[in-house]
Amino acid sequence: MNAVGSAQIWNGSIDILIVGEGIDGAAIHASKLDGVDKILKFDAPHLNHPLAEDVANIIFKIGREYSVIIAPHTWFSRNILPRAAALLDVSMISDVLEINEDNIYIRSTYAGNVHAKLKSGDPIQILTVHSSKFKAVGLNGNAKIIDSTAPEALNLTRWEKEKKIDSVRPPLINAKVVISGGRSLGSAEKFNEVLSPLADKLEAAIGATRAAVDAGYAPNEIQVGQTGVVVAPDLYIAIGVSGANQHIYGMKDSRVVVAINNDPDATIFKFADYGLVADLFEAVPEMATLVSKT
Amino acid sequence: MKILVAIKRVQDYNIKVRPKSDGSDVDLEGVKMGVNPFDENAIEEAIRLKEEGFASEIVGVSIGSSLSQDVLRQSLAMGVDRAILVEAEEVLQPLAVAKVLKKVVEKEKPDLILLGKLALDSDAGQTGQMLAGLLNCSQATFASSIEIKDGEVFITREVDGGTESIVTKTPTVLTADLRLNEPRFVKLPNLMMARKKPIETIKVDDLGVDVSSRLNTISVSEPPPRKEGIKVKDVKELLQKLNDIEGLKI
Repeated sequence: MNAVGSAQIWNGSIDILIVGEGIDGAAIHASKLDGVDKILKFDAPHLNHPLAEDVANIIFKIGREYSVIIAPHTWFSRNILPRAAALLDVSMISDVLEINEDNIYIRSTYAGNVHAKLKSGDPIQILTVHSSKFKAVGLNGNAKIIDSTAPEALNLTRWEKEKKIDSVRPPLINAKVVISGGRSLGSAEKFNEVLSPLADKLEAAIGATRAAVDAGYAPNEIQVGQTGVVVAPDLYIAIGVSGANQHIYGMKDSRVVVAINNDPDATIFKFADYGLVADLFEAVPEMATLVSKT
Repeated sequence: MKILVAIKRVQDYNIKVRPKSDGSDVDLEGVKMGVNPFDENAIEEAIRLKEEGFASEIVGVSIGSSLSQDVLRQSLAMGVDRAILVEAEEVLQPLAVAKVLKKVVEKEKPDLILLGKLALDSDAGQTGQMLAGLLNCSQATFASSIEIKDGEVFITREVDGGTESIVTKTPTVLTADLRLNEPRFVKLPNLMMARKKPIETIKVDDLGVDVSSRLNTISVSEPPPRKEGIKVKDVKELLQKLNDIEGLKI
């Protein structure tokens, strides 16, 4: 939805590519997105678990009919779009924060410490966008769904199985509230004991810093940062987090940031809207108790 | 099985890089540089595959100025057998890097091509996928586990909301996630020994590929600062402030 929003900047007609097997429902949903002309539906058994080779091949086949190809900056697109760009012999711009006229973009580099403004001279603009930086479109559209025949499977790769993170909590990547713990939690037991009650109350996802992961307090799957997951929730609560560069990169686009740390000079406070200098082992349980009353 | 590992020289991950005062580029003067962390995982995985008897030779390749010899030396000290430096004075963009690597692949004919999933400087995360596309070969990105069974490569990789397992045919391009392994520390004697291992140098111009920049950097700047926050005195005040924010339900 946000990617469609970002595409509107070009004022051209917008089509949506959708691939998979048995995707009528998804196609109908996509056809309701505002401002979309056509849904190009590639429905085939070998696209049940779409592989990069096959999807990039589809984009390669239809890509020259477009001047702009956009996807949200997800693992799915990050896997496929660079391959498609190379097949089309054009460059790609990853994780765009801002789109200006004349194909000028702003994206972040060097772990988010530097913003680069760049212009692409390629005939096709291929980019992934940082979804939270673009407005989502509404669902009052009525695009035409076009059934297209997918190219044959390339059979370079075989899909085996998948494992979705099994959790009662919302997935980190699209949680409205994220609570992250740092090394100050002291142990895996404390990490859970302190963070879980508050996460339960706020229906929040739990994240961790790289330091906490390296110390064995939390699994790597929930690492927030440049070397982990990048999140941008409505509310981010950093608990016992010092504020290393690479962690900041993973959460700085959150709408409201709260930091709780007993060190008043911790870097994280520079990035927090609300800072509380306190012993986390007292403050967090207190917060969990009080939240239930509100 | 032969393995090619691509290695980039980037700033140390603890360092906060800043733009030059004129905004023309970033200021890397005096900044500590080293092997891109994800590339270190790629090197480590290659060495483990060799130690387990799956690989016979590991070739490291880097593209950059003569300074990039230091990251190749580092890889040789870790256990890479020999290295190639493609000398280029300009910083190449991912598509150009992929085209250069394709030339190296055509010459070396590796079965596995290992790269880091992204480089800490440009943060693009494109090169591996682009290379696989140019080679029309299989790819497995963001790998957290790589195993070889009966000549096939079994990979566990990151997807949105979990992981998936796929099997690729060789030649195959794999990009390493940090969780793939724990790179080994280099011991001093190995560093000394690495000096004796060969580094072949190729000039990028001699490869006959178009390495021109397609993306033109207009300027670089510091990110706009976040609105200054406030300190609250206790949990009660914090919750009160949060409850006052429109649209935030806690």
